[in-house]
Amino acid sequence: MRPDPDALLRRVAAEEARAGLGRLKIFFGYAPGVGKTYAMLESARRLRAEGVDVVIGCVETHGRAETARLLEGLEVLPRREVVRAGARFDEFDLDAALARRPSVLLLDELAHTNAHGSRHVRRWDDACELLDAGIGVHTTLNVQHLEGLNDIVAQITSVRVRETVPEAVIARAEEIELVDLSPEELLERLREGRVYVPEQIERAATHFFRRGNLLALRELALRRAAERVDHDIRSYREEHAIRETWPAAEHILACIGPSPGSARLARAAARMAAGLRAPWTAAWVDAAGPSLSAADATRLETNLALAERLGAQVMRMQGERVAPTLLGWARRRNVTRVVIGKPTHPRWRDRLRGSLLDEIVRGSGDIEVHVIAGEVGPSDSRVSERGRRAPPRAYAIALLQAAVATAIGVLWRTHLALPDVVMLYLVGIVLVAVRYGRGPSVAASAVSVAAYDFFFVPPYHTFSVSEIRNVLTFTMMFGAGLLLSSLTLRLRRQELAARDREARTAGLYALSRELGAAIDTPRIAAVIAGRAADALGGGAIVLLPDGSEGLREAARHGSANPLDEHEQAVARWTLDHGRPAGLGTGTVPGSAHLMLPLASGPRTHGVLAVLTADGRPPDAEQRQILDAFCRQAALALERARLAQEAREAELRAHAEELRASLLSAVSHDLRTPLATIKMAAAALRPAPDAVGAGERGPLAEAILGEADRLERLVGNLLDMTRVEAGNLEVKREWVPLEEIVGSATARLEGLLGRRPLRIDLPTGLPLVAADPILLEQVFVNLIENAVRHAPGDTPIDITARESATGLAIEVGDRGPGLPAGQEARIFDKFFRAGPGKPAGAGLGLAICRGIVEAHGGMIAAANRQGGGALFSLTLPVPNDTPRPPLEFPEDAP
Amino acid sequence: MSVGDPVVLIVEDEQPLRRFLRAALTGAGLAPVEAATAAEARSLAALNNPEVILLDLGLPDGDGIPLTRELREWTQVPIIVISARGHEADKVAALDAGADDYLTKPFGVEELLARIRVALRHARQADGGPTETVVACGPLSIDFARREVTINGDAVHLTPIEYRLLAALARHAGLVLTHRQLLREVWGLAHAERTHYLRVYMAQLRRKIETDPARPRLLLTELGVGYRLRADATPPS
Repeated sequence: MRPDPDALLRRVAAEEARAGLGRLKIFFGYAPGVGKTYAMLESARRLRAEGVDVVIGCVETHGRAETARLLEGLEVLPRREVVRAGARFDEFDLDAALARRPSVLLLDELAHTNAHGSRHVRRWDDACELLDAGIGVHTTLNVQHLEGLNDIVAQITSVRVRETVPEAVIARAEEIELVDLSPEELLERLREGRVYVPEQIERAATHFFRRGNLLALRELALRRAAERVDHDIRSYREEHAIRETWPAAEHILACIGPSPGSARLARAAARMAAGLRAPWTAAWVDAAGPSLSAADATRLETNLALAERLGAQVMRMQGERVAPTLLGWARRRNVTRVVIGKPTHPRWRDRLRGSLLDEIVRGSGDIEVHVIAGEVGPSDSRVSERGRRAPPRAYAIALLQAAVATAIGVLWRTHLALPDVVMLYLVGIVLVAVRYGRGPSVAASAVSVAAYDFFFVPPYHTFSVSEIRNVLTFTMMFGAGLLLSSLTLRLRRQELAARDREARTAGLYALSRELGAAIDTPRIAAVIAGRAADALGGGAIVLLPDGSEGLREAARHGSANPLDEHEQAVARWTLDHGRPAGLGTGTVPGSAHLMLPLASGPRTHGVLAVLTADGRPPDAEQRQILDAFCRQAALALERARLAQEAREAELRAHAEELRASLLSAVSHDLRTPLATIKMAAAALRPAPDAVGAGERGPLAEAILGEADRLERLVGNLLDMTRVEAGNLEVKREWVPLEEIVGSATARLEGLLGRRPLRIDLPTGLPLVAADPILLEQVFVNLIENAVRHAPGDTPIDITARESATGLAIEVGDRGPGLPAGQEARIFDKFFRAGPGKPAGAGLGLAICRGIVEAHGGMIAAANRQGGGALFSLTLPVPNDTPRPPLEFPEDAP
Repeated sequence: MSVGDPVVLIVEDEQPLRRFLRAALTGAGLAPVEAATAAEARSLAALNNPEVILLDLGLPDGDGIPLTRELREWTQVPIIVISARGHEADKVAALDAGADDYLTKPFGVEELLARIRVALRHARQADGGPTETVVACGPLSIDFARREVTINGDAVHLTPIEYRLLAALARHAGLVLTHRQLLREVWGLAHAERTHYLRVYMAQLRRKIETDPARPRLLLTELGVGYRLRADATPPS
């Protein structure tokens, strides 16, 4: 059976990704003390014996002699010393390892947290960088450090391990070797003091190392290893085309929120996804309503970051209501399962507000819904009114409005009926609700009811109520007040949210509009830096690769200072890895800036370094905006790059076309004279007598003439090359035009013969700032052109005068003139007037234009009144131009 | 070629051009000696005591300019530099280093022989031959003793600087003088950079001497190099 092409492609892609990457091997155990480090060192010694380049990056022997013995004979990389708060730490030296480049590096304790000041916060990030650099890594890991099993381990042992390793890292392992030991033996070792107990479980050590716990952990580890074996078998089957029924592609969507239970939800979804080998998405819907408190926003970010580490794609959605937004997205993306938390709030709230779970279950259709238990905790801490507490003044005003309504009611008592008074109070309550929000409006309702009772309901001036009817009025009045205030509140919130969204959209719109207008990379960089700094109220720097190894600052805006060397290195890391780093991330969090990659697809075009006004990491909303900015910026940079490439391609095509016409011109124009010379010389050579004396003259003339032609052609080609290559060096000198024209006519004396040449150069013309040799060439070419096209006895006119735009020079002939519509094209390279015209390589006029333009002048051609062609040149006359006569002091006549 | 013919040392690395030069010189009654490299040129110049050296500037084993300077340390033999068009800076450098004249490749036989004749004449004068007090070029005649300039016998009125300029060119009639050489000779060392003064005075001089100053017949411009007073007034064909 043929392998499924898709699967095959996946395999090829995976193998390609692996090629050039180092291999990861994990020695996996269920508890400290089972002998992982020992097993890793033993395997290293075996590899060493086989001649593999094994180096120890970091291995803790915890003073155990039997382990230390295994280190003998193995190369150990020196540790990096970190001094922090007076204490010394020996840390693994990542840069030394990258520089040493062994085949295999031993790195104990994958879950280790690096000392502050290291490049990465976590050792597994070090391992990933080593693997990316093509260095094999052997490492150790305990089951409780697996991100996806963290909850279960915590349930079993009631010790929550903070140092966890993402599943994605584990998935990179080529090989997972289970190091097993029976719990009895482990406990025996523990009693003998042969087990190093890590700090984080020291307090709970007696609890942790209970036989029941160890059995459960061992089962967990064994099961995990078995899953891995199962996975290996499956990939083996896939690789070898052993087909079995595959479930339709699954896609899991987990609804993540700010509640602490969402972390557990994320782990559960990740486990499910791993089991189904399906991709999964963690989604958060920012629905209309009050915004999150700072604490909730932080928790939400933590949860989403956890989900990302667990391999989820994180989606932040915006929508009026949560359920329809989620389900709509789920349908579009063919999600098969939705994972959602079990509600923890009291049931009455669902009755009142509607239940999200209920809505999702009802709306899910053929999508499976999994409800996962959530932990009890401060779940809903959305705060009213964007976290603002109404000021005491608001309550005072609430009281005041009740007082005003009462006063009006009392004063106008004779004119008002009781329902009118109620209306009066209600108007006041609505006003307070609109202006000051819930608290004051509730207070206003309460005070209004009390005042109404006191002043208007008999018996007057007491709070007692005589008629049951009035109690109903009070309740309705209070209820109406609450309802009105909550309605107005909701409207206000929606308005605020809409305004927020609008501001965000406007920011993005402005960015995309400005990016659309920016055509080159420096402008794009300036726009991004400006917009990002505005959005944060801080500073932003755009860094772009400088073509060699480094990054250069392309634009800076706001309060940002240029990056120091250390920050540059962080930015470089972001560029290389395409991942955020610096402030608020897991990589060099001590950095002052947050570095965000400007990436589109696999290519990272640059780095955006940002800084908030208060130096804290950007909050969720700012991150969201920044992410959108980065995406837009990356697209704009990509566009600029493509445009650049297109321009270059066009230039190349143009050059190719030129090369072709050059070849044809050269081959024709070089060959014709060469053929003549060869034939003439051959006729002269064998015996001079064979050719009559009378014929020798014309033959010699032919040789001479053709050789001249060749010389001119070669000269033109060389000139053209200089003009073309853009390295035309203009050595300006002050020269009288007369001298240049004189030199040109002297050079062409032979060619001109008896042809009348009328030169009209008024005395007192300013000197020209020109390269005399180049400018002479212009006249030579123009005169040659006239000689070639105009009949032999017609005159050539050269005139010059000073005009407002500079020195205007004209060279005119009385030939056939220019073909209509070709006035501009005759300056193109290899352009020839037409078939049947006297031959020339079509370079002379192109050279003229090149030279004149290099002098800052202009050249144009037109048909002349009375017949013939007229070439007009304008050369600039700078202000400091010397004008003859220049009297030298001692030169009195 | 016979004993007593003036020896001309040809320093040229290209064999076809050497062959052509040998043929042309032998036909004109000169005795060519050939060198293909700067090293050969050094020893042949010392051995054969040539009366003129034709020196190509682009030699495989060294630049012609240092060679010129080296030769000038011990001999006043006229050196005519040969170089292609577009290498004006090299020519100026060679002339300033002590070369007497230059020829632009490609050149004709007549032009070559005319230059050699001018060079020989100047060398013989410098060797104590009779110093001419009157130089005549076609219609132009300059009497150094009486500081008089005439065209077709009519006196031309020149300012002191114009006269010094014309006199300098006339003393080296037929040879090229670089801008720097002329400036030094006419204005003095301090003004060696004021090329545009020289140009303007040259233009004024032409207006007084030439019939059509835009098509000069006597005061020739060697563009990018300097000026030359035509030795024989008959224009070359």
